[in-house]
Amino acid sequence: MNAGIITVSYIAASALFIMALGGLAHQESARRGNFYGMLGMGLALLVTIIGLVTQNHFVLIVGIVAGGAIGWYLAKKVEMTQMPELVAILHSLVGLAAVFVGWANALEHGAAMSSVEQAIHATETYLGILIGAMTFSGSVCAYLKLSAKISGKPLQLPGRHIFNLFLLLAAIGFCFEYVAAAPEGGIVWLVLMTLIALVFGVHMVVAIGGADMPVVVSMLNSYSGWAAAAMGFMLGNDLLIVVGALVGSSGAILSYIMCKAMNRKFLNVILGGFGNKSSGGAGAAGPAGSEADIKPIQADEVADMLAHAKEVMILPGYGMAVAQAQHTVYEISKKLKDKGVNVRFGIHPVAGRMPGHMNVLLAEAKVPYDIVYEMDEINADFPNVDVSIVIGANDIVNPAAQEVPDSPIAGMPVLEPWNGKTTIVLKRGMSTGYAGVDNPLFYKDNTRMLFGDAKDSVDAVLKHLSE
Amino acid sequence: MRIGVPKEIEEGEKRVALTPEVATQLQKLGFTLAIETQAGVAANFSDEEYRKVGVEIVEDPRDIWRESDIILHIRPPKEHPELGFFGVELMKPGQTLISFLYPAMNPELLQELANHGITALAMDSVPRISRAQKMDALSSMANIAGYRAVVEAAQHFGRFFTGQITAAGKIPPAKVLVIGAGVAGLAAIGAAKSMGAIVRAFDTRPEVKEQVESMDAEFLMLDFPEDESGSGQGGYAKTMSPEFIKAEMDLFASQAAEVDIIITTALIPGKPAPELITERMVANMKPGSVIVDLAAEAGGNCKLTEANKVVVKHGVTLIGYTNLPSRLAAQSSQLYATNLRHLLTDLCPEKNGEIVVNMEDEVIRGATVVKEGKITWPPPAPRISLAPKEDVGIKAKAQLEKPEAKPAHPLAFLVPLALAGLALFGLGSVAPPEFIGHLTVFVLSCFIGYMVIWGVSHSLHTPLMSVTNAISSIIVIGALIQISSDSPLVVILATLAVFITSINIVGGFAVTQRMLRMFRK
Repeated sequence: MNAGIITVSYIAASALFIMALGGLAHQESARRGNFYGMLGMGLALLVTIIGLVTQNHFVLIVGIVAGGAIGWYLAKKVEMTQMPELVAILHSLVGLAAVFVGWANALEHGAAMSSVEQAIHATETYLGILIGAMTFSGSVCAYLKLSAKISGKPLQLPGRHIFNLFLLLAAIGFCFEYVAAAPEGGIVWLVLMTLIALVFGVHMVVAIGGADMPVVVSMLNSYSGWAAAAMGFMLGNDLLIVVGALVGSSGAILSYIMCKAMNRKFLNVILGGFGNKSSGGAGAAGPAGSEADIKPIQADEVADMLAHAKEVMILPGYGMAVAQAQHTVYEISKKLKDKGVNVRFGIHPVAGRMPGHMNVLLAEAKVPYDIVYEMDEINADFPNVDVSIVIGANDIVNPAAQEVPDSPIAGMPVLEPWNGKTTIVLKRGMSTGYAGVDNPLFYKDNTRMLFGDAKDSVDAVLKHLSE
Repeated sequence: MRIGVPKEIEEGEKRVALTPEVATQLQKLGFTLAIETQAGVAANFSDEEYRKVGVEIVEDPRDIWRESDIILHIRPPKEHPELGFFGVELMKPGQTLISFLYPAMNPELLQELANHGITALAMDSVPRISRAQKMDALSSMANIAGYRAVVEAAQHFGRFFTGQITAAGKIPPAKVLVIGAGVAGLAAIGAAKSMGAIVRAFDTRPEVKEQVESMDAEFLMLDFPEDESGSGQGGYAKTMSPEFIKAEMDLFASQAAEVDIIITTALIPGKPAPELITERMVANMKPGSVIVDLAAEAGGNCKLTEANKVVVKHGVTLIGYTNLPSRLAAQSSQLYATNLRHLLTDLCPEKNGEIVVNMEDEVIRGATVVKEGKITWPPPAPRISLAPKEDVGIKAKAQLEKPEAKPAHPLAFLVPLALAGLALFGLGSVAPPEFIGHLTVFVLSCFIGYMVIWGVSHSLHTPLMSVTNAISSIIVIGALIQISSDSPLVVILATLAVFITSINIVGGFAVTQRMLRMFRK
């Protein structure tokens, strides 16, 4: 196959990938977008296999079939609540693949190049492996955290900033050594750098706490893109560069959106949890109201209130995912809809452990997407809402973000159920959320607390509604 | 403890301090209840209804005054017109009276209560803080008064409120001006608006503009440079400067000639009501217009109004009823009784039917005007700022936050641009053209990615991540290029890379497809 056809096919694949991402702008076109993505991937694979692979077809096919089967199995088996874990582990595979390709490239000596070309090529290889290794170890670590195989609490070693700086300087230093020694030698520097990158990836992710995971997951998404782009430079392949840049900027934008939704700087998230910042504003750490202002409520009363409301807003958080309560929540919303109650869902951008997590969970529970609204769309509607139900959420409905200027979460955009007539909060106890800030919402006059496990509580409410 | 409710004795007072519904709730707190016979009849609550929920019916009000531990009342107590006794005189130490008492206006009554050694809580002295809103009887009564004011106006106004176009001709909507947008004013705005009138409102406190506009009424602004706010203590209005009043009067004069109905609610606590509508303005109004003066009891916002009467002057009907809540007796009894219940709930934390007048509690402290024979009025100033003020504070803070960020130099954005430019020039001077070609593709792709990703719906962020994950496995191309190498090590590495990227490609696309299939309308 001639080079022209291969190049043209790559251009077509690039265009298909762009259309795939563009398709995700609306639910209606999203499936078509995914199809474009598959088409692009199939085209690129086919052309490359036919046009460029000259031998070893057997192992190639075995690799594809075996890998594909595993991937298929994972995709079919995964629970929607485990999506963040799956995405994290898939990221790690992209990183690992980048490391392998980079290493293979470093070991294989291509055509002779001028010294400048050689230096650039060596740097590209070095960078590609560096980003790939970081993505790999970081994603594995994120996976372990998300699946609760290791603690979700931020692990902050003393002097970790110095340690990071040291790793960075070492990585830069080794880069010069490697570029000078390549292409013949320098493998030792490459090994050292790979180890450093692995350590750095782990160290970076363990320092970040559970609720900052949306940022971490999207950041790793971005890294896997940059790793692909670096591979593209290394191999002189525009398709890889285009895809890498698309994925890289996609992840970067998601990280930005997540950070904005928490009113935090990206660096602040990456360099450390809430701990260091909030210790200064100790005044905000105390309880936001007196015990006496807490008004508990029973499930039958909740059912009664819901049945007699006109406008109901459901605000789910990570706790709903943990308790697997989304199906019951949907049943409740259906029951209410049959009674003529207008039920809507309000989603905070950082609810859950990855961007869009709540939407996927609700979609899985068959909640129609046209009654699921973003925070900005529904915040203004709260004054008309009769009952808001907060399920397993805390910081994202904390009025302290607006009312307490020295609160650690001050300025973070939040859902505002307290502007409605009544808010019902489903919660296990009076513990604080991830940010460690007490929530004045719980003490408000028009707030009622339904204590207990979210699943048990919604089951009880549903039972009373059905009576 | 035993709660007793005597019948109201003020002439024309139809309300009652206890309803059967509230009675059941008070029994849950452990209280036993007694009510004077026929006390609720004027508010449509018969003795039978009270008896059904276990309230004892008492024939002689004197027994109630003597034998109840807690007396619930609406109007400040006074001499019984028929039986000729004064309830307070029958009370003895240990008893508690909860009622409207207006301690500022009734110092003798306060002294009398103290002389009998009883405890008295004034419903009008409940502090206006957000926690106490549920017991704020002044607000709940004002709400009813505002609503009723519109009903009274409609009664005396000879036309529709709403505009209509009928076969018999076009009917213009009535224009209503509400002066004073407190609780009563806002209720009047809501009622008039829902009847279809065009509603305008004026208030000296600029912060209520938003509340007025939220009810779809027009807020009249003064063309007045002075940035004076009319907000006094407790969220009530205060007296304004003469210049301000002049501008205000000009506004009212021009409005009076235009509107059909004026509802005035301007009251300054403890002072005679300010005169807002002069005789000349009334004369300038269209014949058939209506003025409802909710301040009639305190002298009236219009000097022509006569308290408790409806008069017609200069062709304008002036309504001066002073007790509008009593004209909606069932509703106002219900709300007042509920306010009382909330107060009693706070007074009875153990739910054992015993009340504790806890002077540490800010709300109870504020309401208590006589404690066991000692006058405790006026209370110390409230600690917490007031609800309406709070809102303004937050907004002001929000506005302040922005300028806090250091204003960047207008050309500061050029610095990173210049640095990036320099770096590019540096690279361009040494790099081979092939590399520059790739760099072009890379930079343009970043921009395309940026544009495309911003368009992605927030709800599809998880599918976006899984699909980008799948397509970033395009790294497989790199492995495919290497797999035909002769070096076994390279082949092994490349095969491994093909293997894991295949997991990713199939897994990523499949799970995306699975998720997207779940999204449905």
